[in-house]
Amino acid sequence: MSAMKKDPHATPAACCPPKGRFSPWGGPAVKNRIALLVFLAVLVGLPLAPATPEFWLTELNYIGLAALVAMGLMLLTGVAGLTSFGQAAFVGLGAYTTAYLTTQYGVSPWLGLVVGLVLTGVVSWLLGLITLRLSGHYLPLGTIAWGLSLYYLFGNIQALGEHNGIPGIVPISFFGISLLKGRYMFFLIWACVLLAAWASSNLLDSRPGRAIRALKNGAHMAESMGVNTASYKIVIFVWAALLAGLSGWLYAHMERTVSPSPFSLSVGIEYLFMVVVGGSSSVWGALLGAAFILVVKDQLQNLLPLILHSQSNFELIGFGILMILMLQYASNGLWPLVSGWWARLGNGGSRRGGAAPAQAPALPHRARPQAGQQVLEVAGLRKEFGGLVAVNDISFGMRAGEIMGLIGPNGAGKSTTFNLVSGVIPATRGEVRFLGESINGLSARSIATRGVGRTFQHVQLLPTMSVLENVALGAHQRNHVGVLAGALHTDRAREAQLLHEAALQLQRVGLGDYLYEQAGNLALGQQRILEIARALACDPVLLLLDEPAAGLRYKEKQELAQVLEQLRDEGLSILLVEHDMDFVMRLTNHLVVMDFGTKLAEGPPAEVRENPVVLQAYLGGIDDDLPESLRGAEA
Amino acid sequence: MDFSIALILLQDGIVNGAIYALLGMALVLAFAVTRVIFIPQGEFVAFGALTLALLTSGQVPGTAYLLPVLGLIVLVLEVGRALRSGSWSAMPGIVVGCVALPLLLLWLVRGYAGPNTSVWVDMLLTLLLVVPMGPMIYRIVYSPLAEASVLVLLIVSVAVHFALVGLGLIVFGAEGWRAPTFIDGQVNLGFMTWSAQSLFAVVVCALLIVALWFFFSKTLYGRALRATAVNRRGARLVGISTAVSGGLTFTLAAAIGAVSGILIAPITTVYYDTGFLVGLKGFVAGIIGGLISYPVAAAGALLVGILESFSSFWASAYKEVIVFTLIIPVLVWRSFNHRSTDDEE
Repeated sequence: MSAMKKDPHATPAACCPPKGRFSPWGGPAVKNRIALLVFLAVLVGLPLAPATPEFWLTELNYIGLAALVAMGLMLLTGVAGLTSFGQAAFVGLGAYTTAYLTTQYGVSPWLGLVVGLVLTGVVSWLLGLITLRLSGHYLPLGTIAWGLSLYYLFGNIQALGEHNGIPGIVPISFFGISLLKGRYMFFLIWACVLLAAWASSNLLDSRPGRAIRALKNGAHMAESMGVNTASYKIVIFVWAALLAGLSGWLYAHMERTVSPSPFSLSVGIEYLFMVVVGGSSSVWGALLGAAFILVVKDQLQNLLPLILHSQSNFELIGFGILMILMLQYASNGLWPLVSGWWARLGNGGSRRGGAAPAQAPALPHRARPQAGQQVLEVAGLRKEFGGLVAVNDISFGMRAGEIMGLIGPNGAGKSTTFNLVSGVIPATRGEVRFLGESINGLSARSIATRGVGRTFQHVQLLPTMSVLENVALGAHQRNHVGVLAGALHTDRAREAQLLHEAALQLQRVGLGDYLYEQAGNLALGQQRILEIARALACDPVLLLLDEPAAGLRYKEKQELAQVLEQLRDEGLSILLVEHDMDFVMRLTNHLVVMDFGTKLAEGPPAEVRENPVVLQAYLGGIDDDLPESLRGAEA
Repeated sequence: MDFSIALILLQDGIVNGAIYALLGMALVLAFAVTRVIFIPQGEFVAFGALTLALLTSGQVPGTAYLLPVLGLIVLVLEVGRALRSGSWSAMPGIVVGCVALPLLLLWLVRGYAGPNTSVWVDMLLTLLLVVPMGPMIYRIVYSPLAEASVLVLLIVSVAVHFALVGLGLIVFGAEGWRAPTFIDGQVNLGFMTWSAQSLFAVVVCALLIVALWFFFSKTLYGRALRATAVNRRGARLVGISTAVSGGLTFTLAAAIGAVSGILIAPITTVYYDTGFLVGLKGFVAGIIGGLISYPVAAAGALLVGILESFSSFWASAYKEVIVFTLIIPVLVWRSFNHRSTDDEE
């Protein structure tokens, strides 16, 4: 670990041009760009070459349609961790809307698209509002339920032609060119796929994207960074549904007829399989998965009847067996295998040591309280877990520019106190006031936005994201980038501000050499330091540090202590839980000692160190050779 | 609607509800012990019903061939395991249980099948043919994934469902079958008469539910399963093996599925893919019970059955919509009442 910088506003390698940012398009840029261009050239060339067989194009059209749905589902399931079996129903919603409007009222398919997307958006928003509250495995079960319900609705509403569906849908015309032929439709479908891939990658690589990537494994942590996880869940759910609706619109005008069966639950399950097979964290994985599943299904449909001498749809068996083997032996899917192989080709350039993000205007800072002003007041705070009193009517106060230590043996209730103050768990009773305002009963998110930054006793990072992005998540609440701005990359100036701030904080705590390292690759001590940088990126007034020095070597502890002292000089208040007594005694202005949930003692470190009650709690008794006066105090 | 129609609908609802309750219990059991949301439960219902229907019509059911095939796959997997671990002690048992006995059964069934067989022997054979598939499928599919997340297990279950539906199509064909009623007559309950066949189904379900309760609260194996349900690692530490409890659970689940199939075979026409919806409704019942509580799941099942029969009278086209939409408010209510901590696994 390098020496920590004294000046927080030092310019981080400002001479270098911006490069080496995280890119979901992967690895060394030039090689990937060539691969992308080859892919695009083949894609454009295929329908233009007259020799290309028509059924290839038809197959590719179907792959494109499925890839659109799979891409949305990849974001929803692979990235955000919300499993849906019901995407096919949204495809149906898009398809049926345009089919009904164009056949019944003769409107333009483009109007059908707009209405279809609006309808899909509204329905998915409502369904999301209800079902996304479900936790764990209830959510996928809920999606099965509404997937089935919508499917049966399509098949039973008279206006939608019941089980026969709606025939005779007009083809799309594009500036007077009719897209009746598969060759022409091909361009529209794949333009949509590439646009969706571009927008989805952009979205992942932006402020809302980081929040969405935190949903799967770090939702509680993200709330403590001021991220509204509930609303991002709905956002990504609606995004996935809209991609599905778009696919449905294209499908309806390509097939020129709709019936319920392509929107059934089993098709929804097929989309999920595509994501699982493709690998669930890359848009290209979704594309690969869609291609793989559709080609395999097609081949099975051709082959199996030859083997089994019958015409029924036996491909289900092959399909099921394939999925089982896949999950047993390659549960990360195919894309990681492909991209790993590609990265090893030629120069597998490591991102480590890349230049820091470019200089950008500083993010707005919060007004800091005057030194000595009361920052935190805890009065009679109590938490009961059933019959266990974890925190027993604790009271203490903190002033600006003060480091306060909260110490006590294991199980004393220190971390519970932290969680109560930061709003992670609700208190049974008692009051917490922050800057004079009562923050009782507020959510972790709203407490974070008021200026309370924290770290966790058990490190909570997003291990597959880079160190820089992890810290940028901390600065989430300090500017605003909407989903659309993120998806269209109109957010670059604001994004640069966030990344610049994150880099500054990382350099300040001494992790400037690890900006592009995967957070999970850091040593545990460094991960704790990373959490401090993330908390600092929140621009906190009060910093809650839960065992920041655990796992650090002696010199690293010294450096950390320096950083904390410097923060104190800047007027920050720091509440510290720590077991390293030298560290605590050196740093803190004030100590609170807890044992079995109760406050044992409080005062300046030197005083507390001599307190016999404290010694009793820590060492189990007083040595006989202690001064007479202390023994008197115990009695 | 007059009172007599309401009574008939109620009667239908109770019969269906009793079956759903039984299936719901099996699902709750499988989930609690193995964390598997056992979507293929419905296929066991279809396999049971179709096997019985074919036997009573004097044919050899395809499940008689399917069982030795599954057994062979288990044998291959076990030989592979034994080669890796060097422990061959379990092998004789597996050869006998998974290959020899299924082949013997196939030989027996081929010799036995014909017109005018006893329906009770047919039922026994049906159970012998279908139930062993439960633990075999556990061994082939789930035991290599015992430590996977609930979500992966759920997706695998869906894949197993696909595979089994496909196999069902091969061994039974696409046409539907209905077994003849095996108990004739009506029973007069005073305020209404009830066909003996449906009353038999309800009584068998009730007896099985009581038997399961007895098994889980009074026997050593039942308690071992409950221990696994509460804390898998702890159970393993006191010597309850995950593989044994998983196999046992799937045997029970398959048995419950097969029995449900036998019970519905004379009441309704069953196709190779009928099981899925039947299983899903058992599922709705299980979810109402939160996949944890057996009595609540049973009550939920009766509710689903009655709701289904009444909505098929009033709005038969929307019957499925109504039943599956019911699950959403229940799920929401569930997730509010039970602060889950498993979303970060």
